[in-house]
Amino acid sequence: MSAVHVSTNINGDDVEFVCRPDESLLDVLRDRLGMTGSKEGCGTGDCGACSVELDGRLVCSCLVMGAEVGGHKIETIEGMAQGDKLHPLQQKFLEHAALQCGICTPGFLVAARNLLERNNDPTETEVRYWLAGNLCRCTGYDKIVRAVLDTAKDMRKAAAKSSAKKASAKKPAAKKKAAPKKTAKKGARHAA
Amino acid sequence: MRYEAPDTIKAAVGLLSKAKGTSRILAGGTDLLVQMRSGMIEPDLVVDIKSIPGMREIVAEKGGFRIGAAVSGAELEEHGKVGKMWPGVVEATNLIGSTQIQGRATMVGNLCNASPAADSVPAMIAAGATARVVGPKRTRDVPVEDIAKAPGKTSLAKGEFVASIFLPKAPARTGSAYLRFIPRTEMDIAVVGAGIAMTLNAKGVITAAKVSLGAVAARALVVEECAKAIIGSTLDDAALDRLAAAASAAAKPISDKRGTVDFRIKVAGVLARRAAVIAYDRARG
Ligand SMILES: Cc1cc2nc3c(=O)[nH]c(=O)nc-3n(C[C@H](O)[C@H](O)[C@H](O)COP(=O)(O)OP(=O)(O)OC[C@H]3O[C@@H](n4cnc5c(N)ncnc54)[C@H](O)[C@@H]3O)c2cc1C
Ligand code: FES
Ligand code: FES
Repeated sequence: MSAVHVSTNINGDDVEFVCRPDESLLDVLRDRLGMTGSKEGCGTGDCGACSVELDGRLVCSCLVMGAEVGGHKIETIEGMAQGDKLHPLQQKFLEHAALQCGICTPGFLVAARNLLERNNDPTETEVRYWLAGNLCRCTGYDKIVRAVLDTAKDMRKAAAKSSAKKASAKKPAAKKKAAPKKTAKKGARHAA
Repeated sequence: MRYEAPDTIKAAVGLLSKAKGTSRILAGGTDLLVQMRSGMIEPDLVVDIKSIPGMREIVAEKGGFRIGAAVSGAELEEHGKVGKMWPGVVEATNLIGSTQIQGRATMVGNLCNASPAADSVPAMIAAGATARVVGPKRTRDVPVEDIAKAPGKTSLAKGEFVASIFLPKAPARTGSAYLRFIPRTEMDIAVVGAGIAMTLNAKGVITAAKVSLGAVAARALVVEECAKAIIGSTLDDAALDRLAAAASAAAKPISDKRGTVDFRIKVAGVLARRAAVIAYDRARG
């Protein structure tokens, strides 16, 4: 099996690694790069504990080959806090006690951030559908959903404040950015 | 195993044609990586088609759309225009897996994995979609219903792969829909799937229809009796009854943990009827 040499970008840093062609991105992150924040719950795309962003798109890193990511941009849970400063979602997860064992938490955080970057005003239903591919064995999901909704509320407030500073009060502040609408159509789908 | 990411169709065909042993195309990988991990397959060569220009594009063509083989479900949904013309195809594709799976999974991967329960396939068939197959000898356009042969088997010859799907221009007053039944309400495999497309005249009479059922045979079925049952009608109750009966009669399912033969036969009729009602409403606008 010939090794593959890959140059990529993870959390804004250029990274090079060598891997076997059949290794998943999750294996590379955890075993080659020591980035053990992304978890392996299933290895088959069902649990979302391995969630990362690939070129801004939420994906399961267990279903991406390490060899594929050359020239692409990856964001993992390790890039979420800025030094000691937690990301607002991380802070809210703590405040709402939205985790117990914590195995699912990195995946939920990465997935929730990806949602809020697209839509800072999701409904509870939208949050639940967006996170339906993230499984949690401990919390019962409710606290997670509340933490996400609460973060969104703070984000809208902050956005309103900064746009009020910038411009006159004419324009409405918190705006949806390419809101994911899929959930509405999926009438029969059940959320997390 | 060797991993290759060629940047032309020709190079990809060359690699596949020359390869010895098992080779596989990699699109979104949501079937392939699961199968590799479980040991179901051990490919000697994996050809990633995502670096080939055009594979990730949707372009307008002859009033319809050509969708590259590496376009993900999320990209298809965000395009908007495809979903306006063929809502059945886009809603079926968007049923595949979670947000994470949608970020990667493709319609063509769904088709070429050749699962009888693949959600996008009956919807594509109903829409009259064709697959553009490239290969060492020639390029051919094949109706989507002729790609899957049996579970895990396609009609593609050595060296061939699907480069794109073409969805034709939908005539005026055309509606489409796809429904599936699963025991859970998310992240499961269809027990039955029903895709339907129909065109009406100005008076609301159905002038053309195509119905395809998934998960009730070794591959998605085209059920002409279902189309005949509703063509010429305004989808009144009698037509819906005929449609449901034709769908149930065509279903040749197996029993498994998700549903018995009897249940699947019944549900095929129920879903065909419900999907028809949605498609009819959409056709009327
Ligand atoms: C958690 C989870 C949930 C899922 N839920 C659903 C569901 O609800 N409904 C459903 O139908 N499926 C579901 N799937 C299965 C899978 O996601 C779909 O079949 C998906 O559409 C496959 O597309 P892909 O691009 O990921 O395919 P890949 O895994 O890249 O490829 C699948 C197969 O097709 C071949 N192939 C891919 N592209 C081409 C091509 N261009 N030409 C020739 N051969 C090709 C590959 O070699 C491979 O054999 C699910 C999978 C997971 C992991
Ligand atoms: S480990 Fe990737 S989805 Fe479970
Ligand atoms: S906190 Fe234990 S799985 Fe979610």
